[in-house]
Amino acid sequence: MNDLAYLPIGPWQLALAALLIVVNVALSLGLRLGMERSLLVASVRMTVQLLLIGLVLEWVFALERPLPILAIALLMSALAGISAVQRTKRRFAGVYWDSLVSVLAAAFLVTGFALVGVVRVRPWYEAQYLIPLLGMVLGNVLNGISLALDRFTEGVAQRRAEVELLLGLGASRWEAAHAIVSDALRVGMIPTINAMMVMGIVSLPGMMTGQILAGASPGDAVRYQVVIMFMIAAATALGAFGVVMLAFVRLFDRRHRLRSERLWAVSRAR
Amino acid sequence: MRREPLLGASGLGRAVEGRWLWRGVDIDVAAGERLAVTGPSGSGKTLLLRVLAGLDRPDEGEVQLDGTPQGAWSMPQYRAQVAYLPQRPAMVEGSVEANLRRPFELRLHRGRAFPSERAHAALERLGRDDGFLDQSATELSGGEAQLVALLRVLLIEPRLLLLDEPSASLDDAATAALEALVDDWLSEQPDRAVVWTSHRRSQLARVTEREVALTAPPEAASADA
Repeated sequence: MNDLAYLPIGPWQLALAALLIVVNVALSLGLRLGMERSLLVASVRMTVQLLLIGLVLEWVFALERPLPILAIALLMSALAGISAVQRTKRRFAGVYWDSLVSVLAAAFLVTGFALVGVVRVRPWYEAQYLIPLLGMVLGNVLNGISLALDRFTEGVAQRRAEVELLLGLGASRWEAAHAIVSDALRVGMIPTINAMMVMGIVSLPGMMTGQILAGASPGDAVRYQVVIMFMIAAATALGAFGVVMLAFVRLFDRRHRLRSERLWAVSRAR
Repeated sequence: MRREPLLGASGLGRAVEGRWLWRGVDIDVAAGERLAVTGPSGSGKTLLLRVLAGLDRPDEGEVQLDGTPQGAWSMPQYRAQVAYLPQRPAMVEGSVEANLRRPFELRLHRGRAFPSERAHAALERLGRDDGFLDQSATELSGGEAQLVALLRVLLIEPRLLLLDEPSASLDDAATAALEALVDDWLSEQPDRAVVWTSHRRSQLARVTEREVALTAPPEAASADA
C-alpha cells in the first residue's frame, strides 16, 4: 500500500503499454501503408519528450521563485509561436514575430486572469497551477493561430482579384479584407467551439480525467474543466484575432494597397 | 488654352527584379481627353495603369490628381475617381445586380442611392433585358463579365477611367456596345477622361486621339532597387 491517491506506473508497466503500438505497426505492415517508420519515430519522440518534460517539471516545481518559472513559461510560449507558423503554407517577413506576439499576449492575459482572478492561486506563480494551465491554453492557441493564419494568407493569395476589385471601387483596406478576415477567424475558432459542444457527451477531456485519476472528486474536476474551456476559448479568439490583424497590416499597406508580393508559398509545410 | 490636367504623372519608373520595366514616363491626361497607352506585350502597360490607379507603387516619380499628389489623397476617394478596369475583372458571388450594387455598400459611397434607372438604361444599350440582372455573375462568359464590370465602375461615376484591354474577350457587337457605353459616359460631363490599352490598333485609332508609347529603357540602366 502507498499513501498516494492513485497507483503509480513503473518502467515495466510503461513497456507493457508501449506494446500497444504493435497494433499500429501490424496494421501498417498488413495493409502496406508504409507508416512503420514514422509510427516508431513518433512513439519514441513522444515517450522521450514526455519523460524529459517530467524531469524538467519536477525540477521547476521544486523552485519557489517566479523568475525561472516565468522563463519556462516564456520558452513554452515561444515554441508554440514557432510551431504555429510551421504548419502554414504561406509566409511573409515577420510572420514568426507576429505569431509569437499573438501567442504571448493571448496566453499570458488569459492565464494571468485565471490564476489571479478565478482560481486565486497564492503565490500566483505556483508552478503546479501555472504550468499545466498555461500548457493547455498554449496547445489550443497554437492550433487556432495556425488555422487562422493559414486561412488568411491562403485567402489573400487566392482571392486577390476580388480584394483588388473592391479596393479599385473605393473600398478601404479593411473593407476589402473583411470577408477574408472573418473567414480566417471563423476557421480558427471552429475546433474550440466543436470541442465545447460535445464536451462531456462524446469526449471526456484529458485534464479532467487526469484529475479524477489523481484522486480529485469528479465535481471538482468538472469545475476545473469548465474554467479551462473558457480560458481556451478566450485565448484562442485573442490569439487568432491578434495574428490575423498583424498579418493584415503587413499585407495591406497604409495606402490601402494589397502587397501580395510580400507573400510566398512554402514548398513543404509541416 | 492649355487646360489643367486631370491626372498628371512625371518621371514614373518601375523596376521588376532589378531591371527597369519603364522609366521616365510622363503622362498628362486633360479633362475630356482620350489617351492610348501602347507598347509590346510585356512592356508593363498593366502595371502602369495599376500605378496610376494607386493599386501598385512606382519606384520613381509621382502621380497627381487635380494637382494633388496621390500620396496626399485618401486612397479610397482617389480610386473612386480614378477607376481601373482590369483585363479579367473579378465578380463577387451572387447575381449581376448584386455585383452592380456592391460598390454602394462601401463606406465611401454610403448615402448614395443605387442608380437603378441608369443601370437599366445602360443594360438596354448593351442589348440585355432585365432577366440579365438575375443571372449568376460568376457564370457569365468572359465578355459579359467585362461589360458588367465596366457598368459597375461607371455607376460610381469616376472622372478617369483606366481600361486595360477591355475588349480582349469581346466579339464585334459587344465591343461596339462597350465603346458606346464609354462614349456616353465621357460626353455626359466635360471633366471626364479615359485611358485605353488595346492590342487592336484599329480600336485605338477609333477610341483615342493621342498615344503614350512605353519602351524599355536601355539595358545599361539597370535599377539599383
